[in-house]
Parts: sequence; C-alpha cells; structure tokens
Amino acid sequence: MDTTIAAIATAMSESGIGIIRISGKEAMDVISRIYRSKGGKKKIKEVPSHTIHYGYIYDKEEVIDEVLVMIMKAPRTFTGEDTVEIDCHGGVYAMNRVLETVLKNGAQIAEPGEFTKRAFLNGRIDLSQAEAVIDVIQAKNEYALKSSMNQLRGSVLKAIKGIREEIIYHIAYIESALDDPEHISVDGYGETLGKAVQKQKEQIKRLLAKSSEGKMIREGIKTVILGKPNAGKSSLLNMLIGENKAIVTNIAGTTRDILEEYITLEGISLKLIDTAGIRSTEDIVEQIGVGKARETAKDADLILYVVDSSMPLDENDEDIMKMLEDKKCIVLYNKTDLKAAISQEQIRESIKHPVIPISAKEETGMEELGKQIKNMFFSGEISFNDEVYITNARHKAALEEALSSLELVENSIEMGMPEDFYSIDLMNAYESLGKILGESLGEDLVNEIFSKFCTGK
Amino acid sequence: MNQLIKNCDIVVIGAGHAGCEAALAGARLGLDTIMFTVSVDSIALMPCNPNIGGSSKGHLVKEVDALGGEMGKNIDKTFIQSKMLNQSKGPAVHSLRAQADKQAYSTEMRKTLENTPNLTIKQGEITELLVEDGKITGVKTFSNAVYYCKAVILCTGTYLKARCIYGDVSNYTGPNGLQAANYLTDSLKSLGIEMFRFKTGTPARIDGKTIDYSKMEEQFGDKRIVPFSFSTDPETIQIDQVSCWLTYTNEKTHEIIRNNLDRSPLYSGMIEGTGPRYCPSIEDKVVRFADKNRHQVFIEPEGLYTNEMYVGGMSSSLPEDVQDQMYHSVPGLENATIVRNAYAIEYDCINPRQLNPTLEFKNINGLFSAGQFNGSSGYEEAAAQGLVAGINAALKIQGKEMMTLDRSEAYIGVLIDDLVTKENHEPYRMMTSRAEYRLLLRQDNADIRLRKKGYEAGLIDQETYEKVLRKTEAIEKEIKRVEHVHIGANEKVQKLLESYGSTPLKNGTTLAELIRRPELNYKALEPIDEERPKLAWDVEEQVNINIKYDGYIKRQLKQVEQFKKLESRKIPEDLDYKQIKGLRIEAMQKLELYQPVSIGQASRISGVSPADISVLLIYMEQYTKEEKH
Repeated sequence: MDTTIAAIATAMSESGIGIIRISGKEAMDVISRIYRSKGGKKKIKEVPSHTIHYGYIYDKEEVIDEVLVMIMKAPRTFTGEDTVEIDCHGGVYAMNRVLETVLKNGAQIAEPGEFTKRAFLNGRIDLSQAEAVIDVIQAKNEYALKSSMNQLRGSVLKAIKGIREEIIYHIAYIESALDDPEHISVDGYGETLGKAVQKQKEQIKRLLAKSSEGKMIREGIKTVILGKPNAGKSSLLNMLIGENKAIVTNIAGTTRDILEEYITLEGISLKLIDTAGIRSTEDIVEQIGVGKARETAKDADLILYVVDSSMPLDENDEDIMKMLEDKKCIVLYNKTDLKAAISQEQIRESIKHPVIPISAKEETGMEELGKQIKNMFFSGEISFNDEVYITNARHKAALEEALSSLELVENSIEMGMPEDFYSIDLMNAYESLGKILGESLGEDLVNEIFSKFCTGK
Repeated sequence: MNQLIKNCDIVVIGAGHAGCEAALAGARLGLDTIMFTVSVDSIALMPCNPNIGGSSKGHLVKEVDALGGEMGKNIDKTFIQSKMLNQSKGPAVHSLRAQADKQAYSTEMRKTLENTPNLTIKQGEITELLVEDGKITGVKTFSNAVYYCKAVILCTGTYLKARCIYGDVSNYTGPNGLQAANYLTDSLKSLGIEMFRFKTGTPARIDGKTIDYSKMEEQFGDKRIVPFSFSTDPETIQIDQVSCWLTYTNEKTHEIIRNNLDRSPLYSGMIEGTGPRYCPSIEDKVVRFADKNRHQVFIEPEGLYTNEMYVGGMSSSLPEDVQDQMYHSVPGLENATIVRNAYAIEYDCINPRQLNPTLEFKNINGLFSAGQFNGSSGYEEAAAQGLVAGINAALKIQGKEMMTLDRSEAYIGVLIDDLVTKENHEPYRMMTSRAEYRLLLRQDNADIRLRKKGYEAGLIDQETYEKVLRKTEAIEKEIKRVEHVHIGANEKVQKLLESYGSTPLKNGTTLAELIRRPELNYKALEPIDEERPKLAWDVEEQVNINIKYDGYIKRQLKQVEQFKKLESRKIPEDLDYKQIKGLRIEAMQKLELYQPVSIGQASRISGVSPADISVLLIYMEQYTKEEKH
C-alpha cells in the first residue's frame, strides 16, 4: 500500500461532472505537480485539510481542464490515506485526459476494488463489511481480466505477443551464454541487440500512439439487434452502417452467425451486433446461431428489437419479449412500407419499451432512432462499461513501462556495459508487456533457454 | 527380539554432498550426530562431473562457505585446475569453477568428518523412519537396529530404488555400481509423503593413455587462482595446474546415434523417470538440435591418481556397443578405451512442496531433507541444502529460531524458494537467471551478505564475524571518500585518461564519476588519487563494484524493499483456506497444498492471482482483528 493510486470515481458517461480520486502517500505531491490556481499563487500542498479549491489541471504548459479540487488529509478520509478528489467536466474524453495527467505525474491506476480494500485495511470500514469487500474485489477483477483481453484489438494483441517473443529470445540467448560460456558466446551481442531493441521500441511507440487515439481498444455501447427470422435485422444493420455487409435475403434464417460493426450515431459510439433470428428450429447450424444470439443479448448495453409489422405476433415474439423484460431496449416497428398486420399500440401494450416506426428498406426512421439513443445515453439510462477506459489506461501504463525498460537496455549498450546487464532490463520489459496479457515471466525463460539453445554437460 | 538400540540427537541418512554438510553442521553446533551411508568408502563421492562450481553453482559454494559450510574449503584443498568463468562480463555473473581430484576430494572430506567432535559415521542402510504423533522419533536399519533421535535429515541422493540403464541392460544399483537403498521409499510413502521419480545421466570415462591429445585444443586454468573459501589465503593455492581438452562430435557421430535411436531406452520408453533438460544426453542433443553439425566435448581429468578422463558433453544411455562406436568417432578418441560406460540413472525423490523453507517437512515434525532427494541436481545445490537442513535441525533441537534465507539474500534462498514454491517437473539446477536480484547476490560479496547469518546460527566464530564487520566498514568508508574526491582537468589526469582511451575532462569531476566509465576502474585511477589509503584487495574490489554499478544496484535495492514487505507478512500456520469466502477454488486448493509461510511466498504460487492475494490480505486483517477481540 505504498503506491499512490488514482481512478475515475464517477460513472463513465456523458454526465455533467466527473470525479477523479487519488489516494496514497504521494497524493498531495501529485496534485501539486498538476494544479494551478487562477492567480497561480496558491500552494495546494499547504492548504488546510477538507477544503475545496478552484483552478486548472495542467499537463506541463497545456491546460487540461477547469476543476474544483478537494483536499482531504489522512486519516479522516474514505481510504484512511491522503486523498484528493478532482471535480472535472464530465464526459469520457475530459475525464480521461485528467486521469492520464494524474497517472503521468506519479500515481498508478487503481486495481479493481482497491480504494475499498485500502479503506478496509486502514480500519475505515467496519469488520462486518469485509466479506462484501472481498466480493467486490473478486467480481471486479474477474470482469477486468475478461474485458482486458476481449477489448484488445486482435492486431494489438498480436503485436504485443510478437514483441514479447522477440524479447524473450534475446534474454534466453544472453542467459544461456552466461550459464554455459564454454558452449555459447555472447561477445559483441550489443550491436545485434541494439538494432532489435530499436525496432521493438518503435513498435511499442506505435501502439502507444494508437492507444492515445483510443484505437487500441474496442469500445462503444454494446448494441444487439434482436428479432425473429426475417424481421429485417440485417437490413437494419446495413442501413445503419450504409453498406451491404450482412447478407440480405428473404429466406428466413439467413444470418446464422453474429455480425459486428462500429458506428457513430449522433456522436455516440455504438458497437452493433447483428444476430441470428430467434425461433425454435430443427436446423442444427441455425440452432447454434440462435443460442449465440441469446447469449449475446444477455450482456448487451442496449437491445434493438426489430418487429415485422406486416406479420402478426407469434410465440417467437412472445419468447423474445419475455427475454427483454428487464433490459434496456428500443422496439423498432419495421416494414412501415408494407401493410400492417399489427399496430404500434398493440406492441406498446405487450412491452414497456419505447417503440419507433421505421422502414429499413426505405431507410426511414433513422433520425428518431438516433434521438432516442442519445436521450437514453445522456439521461444515464444506458452507458458503456467504464472498465474499458480503466483497462486502456492500464495497458498504456504497461506499454510506457516496457518502453522505458528498453531505453535502459539501449543505455547499457551505449555505455558499453557487459551483456549480463542487458537482460536485467529486458526481463523487466517482458514482464511489463506480460501485464497486458495477464502473463508473467515465470518458467517462460527457462523453457525458452532449453528449447532454443543447446547447453549442458 | 534382541536388537541394538541407541540414542542420539540427529540422524543424517546419506553421506554425499548434502549429507556431509548436514552432518558437519549438526555436530559443529554441538549435537550428537550420526551419519549413515550404505558405504563408508563413498563419502563425498563425485559420481558425475569432476568439478565444483561453475555458473551460479560457484555462487552457491561461496555462500555455503560464508555460512560456515565445508565444500569451499574442501575444494580449495583438492582442486587441480581453476577458472573464473565470464570474466569479461559483469561481476554478478563471474563464477568460479575448479576441477577436482575426485579421490582427494572424497578423502579430505572424510578426514574432516572423522575428526569432527560429536560426529559418528556408520555404515548401514536405513529402511524405516519412526514417527509418533506426527513427530520423528528415530530410524531403523536393515539389520533391525533402532536409533532414537530428535531429528532426521534425509540426504539419499540418487540411491532410493536406484536403477542404472544403458541400452537394453539395466541394473538395480546406485551410481558407480554402489548398492541402492530399496526399502526406505515404502516407509516414506506409508507416512503419506508424495514421491517423484527422476532421472539423470553421466558420460563414459576413458583411459587417458589411449587418447590422442594432439587432435584436441588444450584448455588451461587461470594464471591467478582465486579461492572458493573466504578463509583460504590465495597465496597458499597458486599450484601447478593440469589441463582439460576440447574436441568435437561430427556428422559421423550423429549418424551412429541416429541409426541406433531405437535402442535408446529414452526413446523406447524403458526409462520412466523425468530427466533434466539442461543436461541432455548426446542422443537428446542430436535429436533436438538436428541442425547443429557438431557439439563440444570436454575431456577432463578425474584426478591426479588416475588416467581416467571424463568425457563432458557426451552423457548417454545407449547400449555399450553403440557407445563404443560413438566415442571412437570423435577426433582424438579413435583408439580410446572406455573404462566405465555412460549410463542413465533413475531414482526416487520427493515433491519438495511438502517442505517448509527451513527444509523441514510441513507434516512431520523434526524430519528434514536435502539434495537430490528434494528434486534438485548438482553437488553444489545438494551441499547448500544440506547445510541449511543441518543448521535448522540443530537450531530446532536447541529450541532456537530456525534459519531461512530469502530470494534477496542468497542464491540458496532462490534455490530453496523455487523448490518449495514452484512446480518442479525435472531435477532442478541453479541458474543465474533464476535470481532476480543477481546484481546484489554476487559471489564476491557472499561473506558480506551471509557471515552474520552463519554467526547467528553458531557456525561462524566471533573473530571471523568481526573480520567481515571491519571489512564492511572499510568499504563504506572508502566509498564515501571516493564520492567526494575532486579530480581537476589537469595534465596528469588527461594523460592518464588518454592512456586508457578515455575522453579527456572538460571540467573537474569526482573520482567516483570516473570509476563509472566503462574503460576505467578504481585501481586504474590510483595515480591521480593522491590520498588513497592502503586497502586489502577484497576491499578495493567491493569499492570498485559498488561505485561502478551504483545505478543498477540502487534499482535492485529498491525492488528488494518492495519484495521484503510481502515476505514479512507472515501467514498464520492454522489459517483454514476453506473458510475464506471469495478465494477462487483453484487458489484455495493451491494454498492448502503449499501452505505458504508468507504473503510473498503465496504470491509466487502458480494459480494464485493478485486478486486472491488481496482477498487473503483482507481475510488475515479480519482474522487478527477478531483475535484481539
């Protein structure tokens, strides 16, 4: 608990105000590095505890945000440690900028549940709450671990794995030579390694640039399109993304897998997921698709339920409506271009979610849908996972660490240090990148040495 | 039934490198110690390579010496060639290796044992451990004699149910055809101890007078010999050294091997034990590294008393006739006579996770174990564990706190922690890459690191301990001085720098800054350091290393600080992991199995996540708070 931690304390949505919380021994140092009062004279480190201060957050000479800073010194704080809360402007982008600045200036991103854990360990939370604390930690960690890997784009994952593989090869080479100098020589390896490290550094820098643009992680409101076969789900998807990605036919049950697309609607990012139509079926392939659709719907942030207005409701619709009872959902009354078999009122009677008439074929109703989603988002009814940003920050920190370790390797090479010094920092770089993948050095090195290099008596 | 019944404090089973250190430590700490061996003639036997030390193993020997063990002193008395490996590399990986006169090594060690008060050597096979209420009470021999005691140290090496194999022939013997110990395993199993079966191997020995050395490269020892023991005066060991020889296998050798692979017990499935990957047989190398068209072969003398030469790099379990062809295909060995065939050996050992870091069994009070029996390999690894087990058996009987070394204190700490914490599927060998703080754990500062521990345990006397205290003080004083010595950009200085190819000074600087330049060192700068005091060579060495690598050393010290915090969070022994709601099942099972002594150790168990550690910390907090209520 010697580290100073920080995280976004409010929900990650387009709310008016966001709060960044910092806790730990160096909390006051961190804030004094980035806070400036309006006149620039106030020394934030010297203000009395439990006071609020107006000013700006700076990253070097750049103003990041206009804020209120709350100073709370130990022990009368939530965690029992020195705590600073920064009230900044709400919105994903603004909050992230402030958090990143805090992290750059001496704080580490908090582990899931860490504020609560510290509060407990410092005796600020009652003993009877220990179990609840444990539950929070495990649940949050499980989620973070799952999402951490899931959210990484495939190409990013591949790049990180590739860099790690190269790094461990070099470590293994150096180490096997040190271990068995009479079999393997590592003399003059600095030159070879220098080139490799240069390349790896560039790769990591590219990844970091991507992460700043938010491209490293898949993000957006997870929006699942649901409906019975041939209700027009794929046509809706095509209309939303504006190209013929999903195969559209009039044969019921054409979409048998899950299709994913990213779009921006009224400035809000949506991760659109098209699914197979839900109905009871004998076709095994289709059954799998239907099963997947149900699974996907379970952890959706928002569901777009497409109803074919030209057909009467049947047992498949009843089935779906039941599933949607406690979900965030918009019902799309589709095929307004055809003669209606059921009315909008009939649907409103059977389901409590908003209903919007559209025609996917004629591309009408889009504006209504956009507005509805925007309303739901800003009212906080739907939001996306804040863990996305946490993991992004975590990944970034790990990449930065790896980069500085590689810089130390370069330093050692330039200074003409003996080869054994190189591998020390290479190992640190390998470990840092491993944090992103949830892997550590462990036996990796020994395995690499024995599988790649022939040593021994 | 009439039987011999005796009493003593400590029984050591086995007289190899672990057994010797264990018995000596026990006896030197004043405990009545009996060491059992199946053959008194095999005390401190070196059944495989004829050398002590080598990369990271040299560190272990130095540490054993610093703690008050015997291996370093014994090899200083009996070496016939010595080499400091990796001299062109950083000080952390310098490692001493000495060729031993095997027989002299064995004889000298036996002499030391025989002349140590409180120590009795007994020939006999132990067949049973006597345990009452989870506490060791004694041992029983093959002849039914009973020795009651307070602690037992198992150092059975490769002898338990040992089987030697070459080709399709196998023999139930220990190494070198010595008698195996066939009964003890069953007794251990009946006590609930989980056993593994491991395998290792050794190359052939060849008659030196049948070797054509003109076809080989001669390998000399170092000009200036550095001793292993901190107590040995370097001047007393500058001996005439013997040479080793280097030759290579070739395509013909590999072809012979490939043609006979079906007769190798490794590939035919006749060997069930798990062998070490770092010490592959020549057939393994040929198969796994098929693109290499030659492998090095080191011809090393077994001693001054004999013509026998060890063929390093060509251990094998192929049949005798194939071995004959194979060795003869190597340049210089065309007409060589094989004295002893290469063989593989299989033996029983334990899953070492059943041990505490003190090397005492978690579930049997007073039972300790060390060496190959714990799943390690190597003479040095064995000696290191033997010493720790011996010290702890004695301390326990004396009612004192037992000694443990952690990963930041010694290679021995890394070795033992790896054995008792990590899953181990092959004989474990020390490697410098396993030591995360290796810049701090150098062979040159083992005395500074560990004399105190040895002194506290009682193996290091007052005078020796004070000597290291004075040394430490002298080093610190000189470092301080050097950091503050100002060096001006005068002519004398520039000339000296120039002579070392070092950039001339623009402005004045400190002596320390100059020492940090790669091409310079403490000694080289003597001419421009006018007030330099006269210091011992080993003090100068420490000053140089500490200043030169200051930045790296400080970084590792910082990491150690973090590490120590987790190590010092002890887990109560009676903690019931099943009661901890919120631990994942895998973590709960692993923690139950390993019963880690600290949060640090728990965090190194595979399958225990950082979140599990958080949960554990919170539970412990709750637990101690409730205790207080």
